[in-house]
Amino acid sequence: MIDRVDFWTLTALLAVGTFLIRFSFLGLLGGRELPGWVYLHLRYVGVAVFPALFMPLVVWPAANGGISDPIRLAAGFVALLAGLRFGVLSAIFAGMGSFYILRIITNGL
Amino acid sequence: MTPRQAFWQGARDCAPFVLIIIPYSMLFGVVARDAGLNLLEAMAMSVLVIAGASQFTALALLQEHAPVFIALLAALAVNMRMALYSAALVPHVGHAPMGVRALMAYLMVDQVFAVAVKTYETTPQMTRSAKLALYFGCVSVAAPFWYAFTFLGAWLGKAVPASLSLDFAMPICFIALTAPLIRSLPHSAAALTAGVTALIFAGFPWSLGLIFAAICGMIVGAQTELILGRRNTGASA
Repeated sequence: MIDRVDFWTLTALLAVGTFLIRFSFLGLLGGRELPGWVYLHLRYVGVAVFPALFMPLVVWPAANGGISDPIRLAAGFVALLAGLRFGVLSAIFAGMGSFYILRIITNGL
Repeated sequence: MTPRQAFWQGARDCAPFVLIIIPYSMLFGVVARDAGLNLLEAMAMSVLVIAGASQFTALALLQEHAPVFIALLAALAVNMRMALYSAALVPHVGHAPMGVRALMAYLMVDQVFAVAVKTYETTPQMTRSAKLALYFGCVSVAAPFWYAFTFLGAWLGKAVPASLSLDFAMPICFIALTAPLIRSLPHSAAALTAGVTALIFAGFPWSLGLIFAAICGMIVGAQTELILGRRNTGASA
């Protein structure tokens, strides 16, 4: 059971902390220019952060006890290929679609 | 592009993510109830924090009876990436008044950032007011669904069968966000480096492996771009 005081303390601090992270550069620096090397690296924020988030989730899914699941690996790969070729929506449909289809096939065997 | 057109373009471009936001926010609602939170508490977290990955992190650690400050550190580490989003937005929307920037900061989520910055970079002729309108167009699609479907998930509670494995919607969401961003060799290099490094350092405490992997990916992407640029300059000279 989650402690009530713990929950509200954490939620309040997380809300304030998360806002300050989001506000950091946008709020404090405003229209000020940043050096060129910063922009060079910022172009790669998305392509670096997202793979770092999804790779462990796909390879070691907590729902499978942290053990690799061939179906999730295959579905993740299908989603990536569909996304590279056709875009966001295709990646979502192809990923979740192949996940459910592969599960139905393997459960049927 | 007029601000009005930009707003609707943002809403349209973010619309596909509704398909991800719905199961993701519902999943949070369901998991929160499962962990023993009531409807108000689940909603309070989604409205005050509005950052799914960190909410899941915080909830998981609370359930494991981790100390509050450890749960806070881990959840904030997951959100550190948004300092980078914040910085990446400065050249495009840094001119906005303080109050507007504060509102933009509160509403800054992965999908909005990804769509907005991609549009800013591919449409350099956008005016400043069109850029702001585009951002709020993106937000108008993301935030209301986040709140509404957290509520629905928390309200339905344990009625959602675990066999649906909605947890897999989270990595699929991040894959779908990544793929359209990979437009060149440096982007591929950055993504591959970050992905592999994240696996190697997954054992790092407090999600620090994620931060480390992301920094490695950014450095590799930037360096690849510099090397390719140098080679092109050399060939043309």
